Amino acid sequence: MDKDILIKVCTGTGGVASGSKEVLETFKGTISSAGIAASFSERCSAQRVGCRGFCAQDVLVDVIINGEKTTYKHVKPDMVGKIFTEHILNGTPVAEWIVDKDYHTFHQKQTKVVLSHCGEIDPEDIHAYRAVDGYKAAKMALTSMSSQEIVNIVKNSNLRGRGGAGFPTGLKWELGLRIASDIKYVICNGDEGDPGAFMDRSVMEGDPHAVIEGMIICAKATESHHGYIYVRAEYPLAVKRLQMAIEQCYEAGFLGKNTFGSGFDFDLKIFQGAGAFVCGEATALMRSIEGKRGMPTPKLWRSAEKGLWDRPTVLNNVETFANIPRIILRGADWFMRLGTERSGGTKVISLSGKVKNTGLIEVPLGVTLREIVYEIGGGIEGGKSFKALQTGGPSGGCIPEELLDTEVDYESLALAGSIMGSGGMVVLDETSCMVNTAKFFLEFTQSESCGKCTPCRIGTKRMLEILERITTGRGKEGDLELLEELGHYIRATSLCGLGMTAPNPVLSTLRYFRDEYEQHIRNKKCPAAVCRDLITYSILEAVCTGCGACKRVCPADAIRGVRKKPHRINTELCVKCGTCFDACKFKAITKV
Amino acid sequence: MVTLKIDGQKVTVRKLSTILDAVRKLDIPIPTLCHHPELSPFGGCRLCLVEINGSPKPVASCTTFARNGMDVTTTSPRLEKLRKTTLELILSDHPKDCMVCERAGDCKLQELAYFYGIRENRFGGEQRVYEKKDNNPFIARDMEKCILCGQCVRICDEIQGVGAIDFAYRGLRTKICPPFENDLNCEFCGQCVAVCPTGALTGKMWDQKGRQNFKEVDTVCPYCGCGCNITLHIWRNEVRRVSSKEETLNEGWLCAKGRFGYGFIHSPDRLKKPLIRTAPKDISAFPIHQTNPPLPPFTKGGRGGIHPSSFSLHPLSSFKEVSWDEAFDYIANRLKQIKENYGPDAIGGLSSARCTSEENYLFQKFFRAVIGTNNIDHCARY
Repeated sequence: MDKDILIKVCTGTGGVASGSKEVLETFKGTISSAGIAASFSERCSAQRVGCRGFCAQDVLVDVIINGEKTTYKHVKPDMVGKIFTEHILNGTPVAEWIVDKDYHTFHQKQTKVVLSHCGEIDPEDIHAYRAVDGYKAAKMALTSMSSQEIVNIVKNSNLRGRGGAGFPTGLKWELGLRIASDIKYVICNGDEGDPGAFMDRSVMEGDPHAVIEGMIICAKATESHHGYIYVRAEYPLAVKRLQMAIEQCYEAGFLGKNTFGSGFDFDLKIFQGAGAFVCGEATALMRSIEGKRGMPTPKLWRSAEKGLWDRPTVLNNVETFANIPRIILRGADWFMRLGTERSGGTKVISLSGKVKNTGLIEVPLGVTLREIVYEIGGGIEGGKSFKALQTGGPSGGCIPEELLDTEVDYESLALAGSIMGSGGMVVLDETSCMVNTAKFFLEFTQSESCGKCTPCRIGTKRMLEILERITTGRGKEGDLELLEELGHYIRATSLCGLGMTAPNPVLSTLRYFRDEYEQHIRNKKCPAAVCRDLITYSILEAVCTGCGACKRVCPADAIRGVRKKPHRINTELCVKCGTCFDACKFKAITKV
Repeated sequence: MVTLKIDGQKVTVRKLSTILDAVRKLDIPIPTLCHHPELSPFGGCRLCLVEINGSPKPVASCTTFARNGMDVTTTSPRLEKLRKTTLELILSDHPKDCMVCERAGDCKLQELAYFYGIRENRFGGEQRVYEKKDNNPFIARDMEKCILCGQCVRICDEIQGVGAIDFAYRGLRTKICPPFENDLNCEFCGQCVAVCPTGALTGKMWDQKGRQNFKEVDTVCPYCGCGCNITLHIWRNEVRRVSSKEETLNEGWLCAKGRFGYGFIHSPDRLKKPLIRTAPKDISAFPIHQTNPPLPPFTKGGRGGIHPSSFSLHPLSSFKEVSWDEAFDYIANRLKQIKENYGPDAIGGLSSARCTSEENYLFQKFFRAVIGTNNIDHCARY
């Protein structure tokens, strides 16, 4: 039965963390509570939906009355009553809680393909997915298309692997189809491990059926009958929703024996990863499913020839699979035209850092980085100036202001010294130290190195040690050259993608922000005043009112002064914690 | 077959050979630390990098198939620089105690450091520090010297089928260890010790028993019927260590007994001449306790001799050293006597798998035809 009043509550991980479960329960409780006419509660339904991207304003709630949508931000359970009585019962929206124009500019420039269902449908309900043409593509593929036809459509769509490397998906499938074997595998890589990346998680949580449908189509295209979804165990909600979706599919006859009555068999299982970043690498992932240590193995064979248990295997990213049903339904041409000449479609990006609007976005390939930062992201927070855009997570690089007109696609980002990667973007402003940023990412990759090959295991550690030296004022002449040499060495000699890309954050910052490194080494100064060992706090005597606030909070007892007279910091005792800096109301304390 | 060019020389190798196989076929030197021809390709040390014409990045020759028409370069200033950097990095996390290291002189890492002339290392920094606490009886494990080549892990899994050790942890702290970092508790075949390129794994038995200037004697393992070829490392007329060469029929593999069980050679209890047991004439005068059937006279613990505490035959019996002639005469006489008095089936023969087939054939023939009994067997069955 159609309900004309719909309340949609975001229940992605971001939403849940902000309390969306309670909000949803309160809505449901209010609807069914006494005092509201029975006829009314029949017309009204509250449902959970996946992440809609703008996590900074969670919990977001849509109230749709007769097709007219009003969105509320930062909804708390105690706000539900007011929204319900004023808006739903009396028809006047609660103006002060409605999202402002940021919310709309955030969405305006986006093109939602993969995320089109996220935030719109109930991810735990297969009927909700079917109501938006779900499993139509899979049925078509299984009952009326040949494997080669599917492969051709995917090839023509110019879809490229969304996991980061950008290998043409159609080509991969064709290889998988061409190799004959009684057992073949389809694997979905949901081992998203980049710090700050949550694209795949949002898709798995918000639209799990799309991923499964993509895998069913892939299974048909490559004639495989076994599939795995590899999800990290740190994504419990994604695991739960995928598991539910798989069970629903088995019940509906979309998985298992004779799927869609077509005579084609396809079994799908979830495999939970144990938390190693390197398991996102295809060969390590397969070793992990085999029960071995997740460690990359040399690619003597392509996975399409010998992958999981030495059988032909097609492995794609979550986002890649989620694109497939749309491509089958709407045609390769439509998808191809969305993107650039060499790569079709859209890319889901998690935008974070020092921009106003952070969250999950989806843009057609080919938009410029500037559009992402200044239009979707709404520019830099707090009127500060832009410094760099870090793309591609710990394997990516930093792109400076002058290259902001670079288009988002695999080749142009690589040319700029970064990578597309899985699609994380972190905006850095003038208060970010580039050396420290590079150090942060390298710290991550070096501790996540599987330890198999020398350059990655020891090389990244030595690079990190040099960076630590530089940020603590012990840098010396020749360090930068050594860093560069090591970086290029690791890139050239590492066994897998983790090692090959690990030096990117350092190499790209060295390329665009070399002067910042030099300042650290020669002048022992951190221009952004971030590196603790290189900054000194001092009190401007002309501004200090002698209120004593700094003195009271100083944990090291390093500030001395008489009341109502300018105070002083004893730099010998100062531990550079920055507490006084935050405590001073008169901006009398400087850090240089 | 695949034909390719290496450093300008043409070479033809079997299909699915790696570039390294082809390089080795031409006998061109190329450094490796993690490669072992009998184990699966690993690609960890990154020393065997080569350049392929048309490929922008160097590739590891041990993990790349040779293809028709490939043009491979095994040495160039760029490659040598990359290799040297790799070695410098490995050495930056390796104890510099070659002077007292068990493997000095026989260490692949030491040799490479020598050939690449690494006197000064541009890299320093944190080194792994591990407590040495493995209390197993045979294998000394010094994990600070481990270069993570993974040969021990692979040999244990792929050749021995045991899987007693594997990689653990991540990053610089990656370590090879038994489950839960317990003491090694495996079958102690010592294959891992044999393939370890550095001093990380050594035999506890040969600790400080000498490194070089051994006299090497090739012989055959005295234990089972496999007849593995072994090499005794002898110093001052004493066997200090046992190893096996790769080109032997057992391909250099040995088991725990062959590799570590050589203590009997110089044991003072070892029998070198035949012994005949003598007992007092009138056995009935001395009552025998506990013995029906008699317990075996050999004690546990590999001492091999007779130990009074377990001597459960007659307390007054003893052994007399005799010559082989005397011993054979005695055996022949007694066999004849027993056969006459009690019939041939009172006698049984047990032979050894260590004897040759001919010897075993003769032994059973002797029992069946001469003695006239079918009571004949040996550890691998007739």
